[in-house]
Amino acid sequence: MHKGSGRRGPWLWTGALTVYAFLYVPLAIVIAYSFNDSRLNAEWVGFTWRWYEVLLHDQDMLAAAGNSLFIALVSSCIATILGTMAGIAMHRYGMKVLTFMVLTPVAMPEILLGVSLLLFFIQVLNLTLGMISIIFAHITFSICFVAVIVRARLAGMDESIFEAARDLGASPWETFRYVTFPLILPGVIAGGLMAFTLSIDDFVITFFTAGVGVQTLPLRIYSMIKIAVTPEVNAVSTLLMLLTLTLILLASKFAPDVLKGKV
Amino acid sequence: MAQLEIKNVTRRFGDFVAVDDVSLNIEAGEFFTLLGPSGCGKTTLLRMIAGFDLPDAGQILLDGKDLADTPAEKRPVHTVFQSYALFPHMTVAENIAFPLKMARRPPAEIHKMLHETLEQVHLADKAAAYPHELSGGQKQRVALARGLVNRPRLLLLDEPLGALDAKLREEMQIELINLQRDVGVTFVFVTHAQVEALALSHRIAVMSQGKVEQVDEPSRLYGFPSNRFVADFIGHINMLPAQVIESAHGHLRLSVPGLGEILAPPVAGAAAGAQGVFAIRPEQVRIGEHGEISELRNHLPGVVTTLLYRGDVTLYKVKFASGKMIEALLPNAAAGRAELFEAGDAVKVGWRHDAGMFLHE
Repeated sequence: MHKGSGRRGPWLWTGALTVYAFLYVPLAIVIAYSFNDSRLNAEWVGFTWRWYEVLLHDQDMLAAAGNSLFIALVSSCIATILGTMAGIAMHRYGMKVLTFMVLTPVAMPEILLGVSLLLFFIQVLNLTLGMISIIFAHITFSICFVAVIVRARLAGMDESIFEAARDLGASPWETFRYVTFPLILPGVIAGGLMAFTLSIDDFVITFFTAGVGVQTLPLRIYSMIKIAVTPEVNAVSTLLMLLTLTLILLASKFAPDVLKGKV
Repeated sequence: MAQLEIKNVTRRFGDFVAVDDVSLNIEAGEFFTLLGPSGCGKTTLLRMIAGFDLPDAGQILLDGKDLADTPAEKRPVHTVFQSYALFPHMTVAENIAFPLKMARRPPAEIHKMLHETLEQVHLADKAAAYPHELSGGQKQRVALARGLVNRPRLLLLDEPLGALDAKLREEMQIELINLQRDVGVTFVFVTHAQVEALALSHRIAVMSQGKVEQVDEPSRLYGFPSNRFVADFIGHINMLPAQVIESAHGHLRLSVPGLGEILAPPVAGAAAGAQGVFAIRPEQVRIGEHGEISELRNHLPGVVTTLLYRGDVTLYKVKFASGKMIEALLPNAAAGRAELFEAGDAVKVGWRHDAGMFLHE
């Protein structure tokens, strides 16, 4: 057994390294070229902060970033509230249908969700596409992530704690206020951060539901690379990456079990 | 009027009858135990008293008032859970003060009651600790303190000692007895451990398959079980199939296949010809080599087949010539090994004619 695994060792390592290389080398290149003192993504010329300065003076880009932050903030807050409620309901009532319906969007192709939301907004709700429709769309796909994390948090808990609260005189609201909520709070925060990250990164669904008036950061980046991948795109991508990474790290700090795949 | 009256309570889960027409009266200040194997309905009954579950039929009355429409949080009944169910995000003090806070007691009163209770359960130095920093015994005491701090009419305890190791369990039993006596709150204790029930309770209700088999004081339950289930469930007992030959002169003459004719104490309704078992506790069976056993009315020769030495006592398994076995439990009171028998020793087995009992089929 030990001998066998010893022989497999080098291959395993090579395989693993290849996979990691595929994942991280492109990211590293983007980051590196964002500091490259050249208009072209071709060869390394020298270090510069220039592209970040360009970014700071790009009004369209700043507007897009502002939109993205606003959408992410509003949609993640609402999704956190609704997702927390859904997570608790899924845990408490254990209804398979309910769970299935909440979780389906995770597996649903994004493009399908995007198209169906577009049709829903235009044909059913008669909504003018823009900020509101994007926020609605982002809430829709974020809820399930929050719900999953909150439910996972509840699943690991001794059910008699909640009975004990009622037994000791707490009304259902007081039980939630003093016992359930403080206990699931790390999960709620982690879910909220996930929702925020998903919203700020989202391209496909936003693309379908944005209409013409509003541009978000991913949409802006996409429209820029249609012309050319400029160092400015690298710079904004690097910043976006940094933000996302920070949020994911924060989220994993609050709900380590969930994001480490233990649940 | 009893403090807690359980009247013809039935609870079904689908086809399964968890609690079957149970009636019990529990007096104020009593340490009452529901004892039975797992699945006998004792926990279901406890949950109905607490308000987590409702009876399908029957009534539960506390101080004469029907509890049916009172939700769990409004009942003056608190529960100590098997898992303790301490709030992990609250300190010991916050846990214990929780019921006071929910009852909207004034802060000064909360402070006073909290500190009295902390003293009472010897946790004053742990007030600021979180549950995960406590030992099993300490968690147990926090759970007890939290249940008692508000002086409920009833404290329900669901196998609270189950998670403790043997030595700690014994200490906690003594603490429980003292605590209950000091606070005077009625305890309803649920357990499957008969030793615990015997040691703690004023009265015990033995339950089996949703029904109450017998309600009695521990010593009566042990000494005079009303049926085979109770006899077998409480402690150890030898049971030998028997038939009544004659019931007269203040005793019962039994025919026990493999042993012959023996004398047993009289039982109501045991007419000649009645089938049943002769049951006798191992500590009532005596074994010896010489005369003193032969003076007993019931005595037979046998051979020691195995022995289990337990330090304070030794359990002997003795085989009669017919192949029937009986267990005898002898104290190891004498110094050294002088009194010990060995496997293979030929011995006399006997018991007093007023020991043991006849139990109907």
